[in-house]
Amino acid sequence: MGWIEFILVLVVLTNLKLLASSRLGASIRVVARQGLILGALPLLAHQDALSLQHVALAAGSGVIKGGVFPWLLFRAVREAELTREVEPYVGYLTSLLAGVGALGAAFWMGTRLPVPVEVVSRWLVPVAMFSILSGLFLIISRKRALNQVLGFLVLENGVFTFGAGVLVETPQLVEVGVLLDVFVGVFVMGIIIFHINREFDHIDTDQLSALKD
Amino acid sequence: MNLLSLIPPVLALILSPLLLGVINRVKARFAGRRGPPLLQVYYDLAKLLRKGAVYSRTTTWVFRAGPVVGLAAVLTALCLMPLGGVPALWKFPGDFILLTGLLGLMRFAMVGAALDTGSSFEGMGASREVWISALAEPALLVALATLARQAQELSLTRICAALSEQHWLHTGPVLALVVVALGLVLLAENARIPVDDPNTHLELTMIHEVMVLDHGGPDFAFILYGAALKLWLFAALVTGMVIPAGSLSPWPNLVAGLGGVFLVAIGVGVVESVMARLRLLIVPQLLVGAGALAATAFLLGLK
Repeated sequence: MGWIEFILVLVVLTNLKLLASSRLGASIRVVARQGLILGALPLLAHQDALSLQHVALAAGSGVIKGGVFPWLLFRAVREAELTREVEPYVGYLTSLLAGVGALGAAFWMGTRLPVPVEVVSRWLVPVAMFSILSGLFLIISRKRALNQVLGFLVLENGVFTFGAGVLVETPQLVEVGVLLDVFVGVFVMGIIIFHINREFDHIDTDQLSALKD
Repeated sequence: MNLLSLIPPVLALILSPLLLGVINRVKARFAGRRGPPLLQVYYDLAKLLRKGAVYSRTTTWVFRAGPVVGLAAVLTALCLMPLGGVPALWKFPGDFILLTGLLGLMRFAMVGAALDTGSSFEGMGASREVWISALAEPALLVALATLARQAQELSLTRICAALSEQHWLHTGPVLALVVVALGLVLLAENARIPVDDPNTHLELTMIHEVMVLDHGGPDFAFILYGAALKLWLFAALVTGMVIPAGSLSPWPNLVAGLGGVFLVAIGVGVVESVMARLRLLIVPQLLVGAGALAATAFLLGLK
């Protein structure tokens, strides 16, 4: 029971907190914290000597997910003049219960998905799966575009967990590429949110889908 | 059964009102007051027992049975609870399910008595009590199931004996999640502050207190004493899993267990001092959260 397990438990708890959280600002901060915590995973999961690449990846993902993303998202909140409530389709309690169900499903999938390479922890695959599932759930169960960005970030964190823990030997270039994609994604979404808001006075995707012409 | 097993229930019978005194003293210290004497609950109990009881003509035997059945249920539950490595008076595989059942029986008796009065306030309190316990009970059961799974044992005594430092070293996060879940259940079941305020005097905000408005004299003493014993029961449960029984001889273990129980009381006092009571709409989130933590611990604990 080392630091990796500790990090993975924290990731599970932050996901559950996100599912139950009713405040936008708190959700952004939780996602930032999750990104920071996960930044330490490549440092702990490596098997050979600590190389500059690991440190660079950890530092890069930490800075982008823990610093740049919250800044961009808070800026979007300010410019779109959003209220502080999350506005879900699915209530917080139901979301939390769905999260517990997803955790169970993730553990079941973890047993059904044998990974050919050595995994750093037996909790790693289930936790990565759980992050992906709860990210998807956050995307479909929240009304506003900003929460969907947060769900997307959680989903990406799941992919990152999987990559950092299972594919220890993957080229770090792939990780950096994914990180860059996500960065551009969040950047573009921030701008889009601002523009949607200026055009329609809200970023409620529920009403967006009913637009005609 | 050996004579040593008599010690935990006897200690609980003698010392449990002191727990409430400790909580009140901690709250008073936080507020900068001197607070009531530590033995205040004993004085209250003595005063109530000397009084006679008054019964409304609209009530039936259900009302009179409530306090007695409640106290009997919690006394029986107490015999199942080990303390600090000393085995419980009564142990068999699966006894933790009987424990939750007895707590349910205690609640049922109280709720029945409250409904029997026909008072609308008491009906409201009964409804809230049942609502909250319906959310807290799954959390408690899943937490206990996780402990049983971790310890690979099925009776409370053996679970508490089997949980050792090794478990904390190897599956620390699992046990920590269970402790947090059990702590939240403790606060909810004992009507402490984030869920219910024991000091409130407005019927509309009361949950547990409002159900016992019509009880007086010895009946109310039974209810008060039963509540103290229930708090002791939960404190002993949390202590039993946090403090590893280890290989010490019984007496130091017993002292450690006692210290743990009073530390839990101090912790409850601190929580009550630094937190406001949650809005009633938020309470289910807290308790379902406790259930989610327990379920997470259960899943993480699967081999």
